Amino acid sequence: MSTLSISVWRGQESGRYQEFEVPRLASQTVLDVVTFIQRELDPTLAYRYACRVGMCGSCAMTVNGRARWTCRTHVDSVAQGERLEIAPLRNLPVVRDLVTDMTEFFDKWAGAHGRFRGSATRKDEFAQVPPGSPARQLADAGIECIGCGVCYSSCDVVAWNPAYLGPAALNRAWTLVNDARDTGNRARLAAVAGDAGCHACHTHMSCSERCPKQISPTASIAGLKRATALAALKGEL
Amino acid sequence: MYTRAQVLLWTAQRASAVVLAVCVIIHLVTIIYAIRNGITAAEILGRTRGSYAWCGFYAIFVAAVAVHAPIGLRSVLAETLNWRGAGLDLTVLATGLALALWGFRAVYAVFV
Repeated sequence: MSTLSISVWRGQESGRYQEFEVPRLASQTVLDVVTFIQRELDPTLAYRYACRVGMCGSCAMTVNGRARWTCRTHVDSVAQGERLEIAPLRNLPVVRDLVTDMTEFFDKWAGAHGRFRGSATRKDEFAQVPPGSPARQLADAGIECIGCGVCYSSCDVVAWNPAYLGPAALNRAWTLVNDARDTGNRARLAAVAGDAGCHACHTHMSCSERCPKQISPTASIAGLKRATALAALKGEL
Repeated sequence: MYTRAQVLLWTAQRASAVVLAVCVIIHLVTIIYAIRNGITAAEILGRTRGSYAWCGFYAIFVAAVAVHAPIGLRSVLAETLNWRGAGLDLTVLATGLALALWGFRAVYAVFV
């Protein structure tokens, strides 16, 4: 049986790569590899996963230098000469080994006013939003984000500007800006504007290239730039 | 700096970029056209002295540079040196004023 040579990050912010040899199997995913190491070679390895089918977003790691969902990444597609290097996501504090602390990531969602704020009560009729309306289409384009952190980990601006809200939080804000039922947009636009908000984005598009859901946070951020610039010119920020 | 001011700076940089794109094209086309038979200081001054059109064009060019460059420099310095706050804002403001001063001085020098 052939084997894979795997370098796995061990430790926290400071640490080192540890080498493992793992059996090479057909249709093997990177998550299968990490699970094999933890179950068969070193039970102290820390990593995070839940659904294994690309729904929960908890197994994202840096594989050969790129942030990916490990459950949906076949070894065939990323192994370079039967070698893999597996590390935690960039731009987030490392708890241990392959586990990052996502607190900052989700705090920024809250900072971008990523929570729906409606005005209707249970006595009101359901809001009717035509699926084909331009605003609904814009919201649909970004709504499938599951918060895996791949875009945040891939963003250079997050690395350079730690206060930057990041692609996922801004994408979430843009879906709410386009939600006809939401009433919190004035405060939301103020929260996502400026040096720590959408205006920090340099349009490198790493987030859009690497999003496993093929969402384009770059397009959402561009929408926020237009909306906030208009609000600033009107004196509404 | 207030959020609204940051957004207006961003807007000013994008707007000045549009002006610069046009100015650079006109400037390059003029250079390529002007050096067909070599170029001399006398030829340049012959074209610019007393010309309100060239004076106006280069005044707009200088104004766009003086707006565009410091705002970009502000982001570059913040991201590479992790330098933020009033010190940075005053430094890039001074840079913009210096660019405007030197630029308008040059435009004046080839006009009179």
